[in-house]
Amino acid sequence: MLTEFGQVFIFILLAVVFVAMGLITNWLIRPARPTPEKQLIYECGEDTAGPAHLKFNIRFYVIALAFLLFDLEFVMLFPWATVFGPLGPPAFWMGMVLLVVLIVGDLYLWKKGDLDWVLPPVVKPRLDLLVSRDRPRFRPPAPTPAKQPEPADVA
Amino acid sequence: MGLLNKLDSVDGFDSGNIVLTSVESLLNWGRLSSIWQMSFGLACCAIEFMAANASNFDMGRFGVIPRPSPRTSDVIIISGTVTLKMASRIKRLYEQMPDPKYVISMGSCANCGGPYWEHGYHVLKGVDRVIPVDVYIPGCPPRPEALLEGLIRLRDKIRHQTMVKHTA
Repeated sequence: MLTEFGQVFIFILLAVVFVAMGLITNWLIRPARPTPEKQLIYECGEDTAGPAHLKFNIRFYVIALAFLLFDLEFVMLFPWATVFGPLGPPAFWMGMVLLVVLIVGDLYLWKKGDLDWVLPPVVKPRLDLLVSRDRPRFRPPAPTPAKQPEPADVA
Repeated sequence: MGLLNKLDSVDGFDSGNIVLTSVESLLNWGRLSSIWQMSFGLACCAIEFMAANASNFDMGRFGVIPRPSPRTSDVIIISGTVTLKMASRIKRLYEQMPDPKYVISMGSCANCGGPYWEHGYHVLKGVDRVIPVDVYIPGCPPRPEALLEGLIRLRDKIRHQTMVKHTA
C-alpha cells in the first residue's frame, strides 16, 4: 500500500518521464541545421544595435507600480458595476470594501509624493550672484593642457 | 539524429520500409496541419492577406496561426512588393526560420516585380532572387481565395515530401 508521499513520488516520476519523453521525441524528429545567420539575435531582420540590457530610469518603476493599482481597480470595478447588480447588497458592500482598500493605497501613494514626476533639483539663477563682482569670471580654456594656476577669488 | 534532416535531402534513407513510410506520413500530416505563418505584410497584397486571415475566409481552419517571430514559423508569405531595401531583411528573416520552412510568393510583385518590372529602380524583380519559393500565387492582388488555393497547394507539397532518397 502506498503512503501519501508515495503517491506524490509517483506524480513526480510521471512528470519527469512525461517531459523526458517529449524531449526525446523532439530530438528524434527535429532537424538540426544551425547556420551563423540563423543563430543571430532576432531583431525584426535588422542588425542588432547596442546591448539588450538597457538601464531604465528608476522613476518608471514607481509609475508602473502606481499603474498596477489603478489597473486592478478598473478590472475589479468594471464587472462589479455592470453585471453584479442582481447579487444585491453583499456585492455592493464587497465592492465598497475593495474601493476603500484601494483608495487608502491611492492616498498613501499621493501622500508619499510618488504621483509626482521626480524632477532633478532646479537651480534658479540669482540676479545678485550674476551681477556681483564676486562671481567667478569666465576664462577661456587654456591653449595647452599644462597646469594652470587656479584663478584666485577676487577680493 | 533528427528524422526531418533527411527530408528531401541527398543523404536520405536508401529505401522506405513500412515503418518509415508510416512515420513519414504521420509527420507530414502533422506538419501540413499546423503551418504557422510569419506575421509579415509588405504592400497591398497584405490587405487581401489580412482578409484571408479574418473570419470570412478563415485561414485558421487550415492550422495557419500567425506568429510574431521567425523562430516559431513554418511559412513566410511574401505578400507584396519587395523593395531592394526590404530584400536583405526578408533574406535574414527567412534564414532565421527553423527548418523545414516554406515560402509563398503572393502577387505579381513578389513573383516577378509586377508593375515595377521595367522601371522600378527600387524593386526586386521577384522574391525568388533571394529566397527559394515553394508556391507562386498570381494576381494583382490575388483574392483571398487564391491565397487559400496556394496554401492548399503548399499542403499538397508537404504531404508528398519524403525522407527516402529520390530514385530517378
